[in-house]
Amino acid sequence: MARNVTKGRKIGTTILAWFVGLVIFFPILWTFLTSFKTELQAISIPPVFVGFDWTLENYATIQTQSNYFHFMANSIYLSLGSTALGLIFAIPAAWAMAFSPTKRTKDVLLWMLSTKMLPAVGVLIPVYLMFIRFGLLDSRLGLIVVLFLINLPIIVWMLYTYFKEIPGEILEAARMDGASLRKEITQVLAPMAVPGIASTILLNVILSWNEAFWTLNLTTSNAAPLTAFIASFSSPQGNFYAKLSAASMLAIAPILIVGWFSQKQLVRGLTFGAVK
Amino acid sequence: MATLHTKSAARAMMAPAVIVLLIWMIVPLAMTLYFSTLNYTLYNPFSTPFVGFENYSYFLTDPTFLAALANTLVLVLGVLAITVGGGILIALLLDQDFYGVNIVRLLVIAPFFVMPTVAALVWKNMMMNPVYGVIGQLLQSIGLAPIDWMTDVPLLSIVIIVAWQWLPFATLILLTALQSLSMDQKEAAEMDGAKALSIFWYITLPHMSRAITVVILIQTIFLLSIYAEILVTTQGGPGSQSTNITYLVAQQATSYGDIGAASAGGIVAVILANIVAIFLVRLIGKNLDA
Amino acid sequence: MGQIHLEKVRKAFGDVVIIPELDLQIEDGEFVVFVGPSGCGKSTLLRLIAGLEDVTGGKIVIDGKDATTLPPAKRGLAMVFQSYALYPHMSVRKNIAFPLKMAGMDKAEIDKRVDYAAKTLNLDNYIDRRPGQLSGGQRQRVAIGRAIVREPEAFLFDEPLSNLDAALRVGMRLEISELHQRLKTTMIYVTHDQVEAMTMADKIVVLRAGNIEQVGSPLELYLHPRNTFVAGFIGSPKMNLLGGNEAAKYQAATMGVRPEHIRLSTADGAWKGTVKVSEHLGSDTFLHVESPVHDEPLTVRAGGEFPVHAGDVVYLTPEPDKVHRFDDKGLAMKGNGRAIG
Repeated sequence: MARNVTKGRKIGTTILAWFVGLVIFFPILWTFLTSFKTELQAISIPPVFVGFDWTLENYATIQTQSNYFHFMANSIYLSLGSTALGLIFAIPAAWAMAFSPTKRTKDVLLWMLSTKMLPAVGVLIPVYLMFIRFGLLDSRLGLIVVLFLINLPIIVWMLYTYFKEIPGEILEAARMDGASLRKEITQVLAPMAVPGIASTILLNVILSWNEAFWTLNLTTSNAAPLTAFIASFSSPQGNFYAKLSAASMLAIAPILIVGWFSQKQLVRGLTFGAVK
Repeated sequence: MATLHTKSAARAMMAPAVIVLLIWMIVPLAMTLYFSTLNYTLYNPFSTPFVGFENYSYFLTDPTFLAALANTLVLVLGVLAITVGGGILIALLLDQDFYGVNIVRLLVIAPFFVMPTVAALVWKNMMMNPVYGVIGQLLQSIGLAPIDWMTDVPLLSIVIIVAWQWLPFATLILLTALQSLSMDQKEAAEMDGAKALSIFWYITLPHMSRAITVVILIQTIFLLSIYAEILVTTQGGPGSQSTNITYLVAQQATSYGDIGAASAGGIVAVILANIVAIFLVRLIGKNLDA
Repeated sequence: MGQIHLEKVRKAFGDVVIIPELDLQIEDGEFVVFVGPSGCGKSTLLRLIAGLEDVTGGKIVIDGKDATTLPPAKRGLAMVFQSYALYPHMSVRKNIAFPLKMAGMDKAEIDKRVDYAAKTLNLDNYIDRRPGQLSGGQRQRVAIGRAIVREPEAFLFDEPLSNLDAALRVGMRLEISELHQRLKTTMIYVTHDQVEAMTMADKIVVLRAGNIEQVGSPLELYLHPRNTFVAGFIGSPKMNLLGGNEAAKYQAATMGVRPEHIRLSTADGAWKGTVKVSEHLGSDTFLHVESPVHDEPLTVRAGGEFPVHAGDVVYLTPEPDKVHRFDDKGLAMKGNGRAIG
């Protein structure tokens, strides 16, 4: 804003904006507060805001009773594994599309995008049956592959839009300087694209972390990530609110922090470069 | 524009990604198509006679299907209306100058990072529970009767939960579009004597129109396949009041073990999604050359 | 050694022919400039020689060996790009060392060569900076440094000065010329600026639409342009080209005379005209004169100050032995012809 706004108006806007922000954030804030209450305080009428005896008991209970870290570890495995696999496949593909485009490049990109639009439920049954057949049900490997496949188009797209911004002349210079294709990508392109690759990783970790169709349908316990862990709290009766809150906070906290840091890149990734 | 050498290298580099996606798209889809013509249940998986379009006629004439189709439409349109309308308003608000703008931005986008199962459970128990939920207590404190959200208005409840999850997405994208509007344009309009409302109507809104289209199309893709939110709250009920197509299809397979009908339903879902996808792909394709 | 022979080289992108068959000989140690208007194919030609593009037909022979299908790195050529194409994530030292590292040279030798190159290019004070922290001229020197450490058979320059401001450009032009004097390595230099071509080249190749219009030393091109295109392209300001009656007086379809070869007078002369714009530089005076003999203003150069201004009447007389004559195909005709009447 180039012009000064009157002080009164600015204060008015501040109050309104904070009110809207807090209303939207309220469920998360409330969950956060409740996670430190005793079960009794959690359901007290009228509700207490901060004037309660803060306790970490719920977090301890969650870990001992439900083995939180097992699910947390699975979430990390799945999101990092599928992202790493995605980069291995997507970096070369995005390199080719950005720097050696042909008449068909655009079609290939759009086709990849269209696979992302295939509703999961359309292929759930064969994938489910194949998972049974190959013993992949409730295995981390199987889920990593599925998450990798459903996010591959987004990874390719994001990398493609970032690579496009790198001048091709620099890669040609590397070629003139005697760099092999592998060195051209690993020593010239990748270091230059670090910010783009980092945002791609962040977005993809967020998407995999929160994926809740395949992770719910293809796991039972062994490979189950946090989405399934939370789903098991589906019907807590009465006095489980505090523990549900603690479990929820544990499930969303890591990704909430990652997400807050990567908010700028999100727009670009989620709109396939259509809005920057 | 390169040498034959780099061109063939490019093809080789693209091949793995293209091939895995091609397999991922074709093989399961072909299998779904094939299963959809069989009388195939998990109770008797060894006898799967060919039945032609019977699964389709069964699935499409099932009253639950029509209910699910209607629910899907309500869900998608309801969430779109709330997120786009609310997103525009909040984006306009966040574009203003005020104290703590960065913190409020973080507060507003936070719900997007909450995994669907957590969002649904938190809303179901902490917010919407008629006795202990915050909303119920709020209503009671002003003398109104609490609402049993999940039983009385299950579909509306899910619309609210999903809209809460997607409002940040719409806001963030619309805000990005808003901030790319050059000050010059607004100032020129002001010099021409335009009032704030006409500036919004004739300058700001047209500038955001493409971002709005993108928001609508991308959200539609995701909203068509809402699943976890239903699973952990209403489980589609009561009856089929909050069952959407995705949930119905998954239910056919996992609860009733009817692979044939579920496959037919999956194909129907694919066709529905494709109608939207065609528009989205065209829009993004146009943008590619620019 | 740095001989490059192009034999019947052709380049087309699909149906679009960029370079129809072309032959060219570049001798060892020559400074060759490809010059032409934008879109003439000069950069494409350079990229073909570099190996960054495939030829559609023909052969590229470097030092007697067929290099047509060799990858860029195997051709022994170094290139300086228009955008400098420095590696932004590497220091100046690492940028210059990169080709040597790729060649697998040992560390001590790399350091020795990089230090030497940095010293000769006055880069020693910047050696640990990143390209982003350098000025345009310094980046240009790093790009040159990266090219010279390889001790290539030939250097390729793709419009290397076009991103620099005017003052810096003159300085870099001198530096590149000096570099050529010192290294005596073949250099191929692409530019659209005929002043760069005239001042730097041993041999100029004038290109238009992928065709070679003329090859020759700067003076040859200036004195004996082969056709109207070269005549109009080489020399600054441009040669005046007149058709119709005036050309007929010289038994030509077109007659040309350079601005510096027209005698100016306020009293009498062959062509009467009115000054439209006068540019007084002190050392020279450029006049743009409207005259009934030509539908565009004629450009005239007078040495020193010539005190006329817009609206004044002047008389112009082409120096008869400096007149160029072209036939109806635009090709130069022998002799100066004789003005009739």
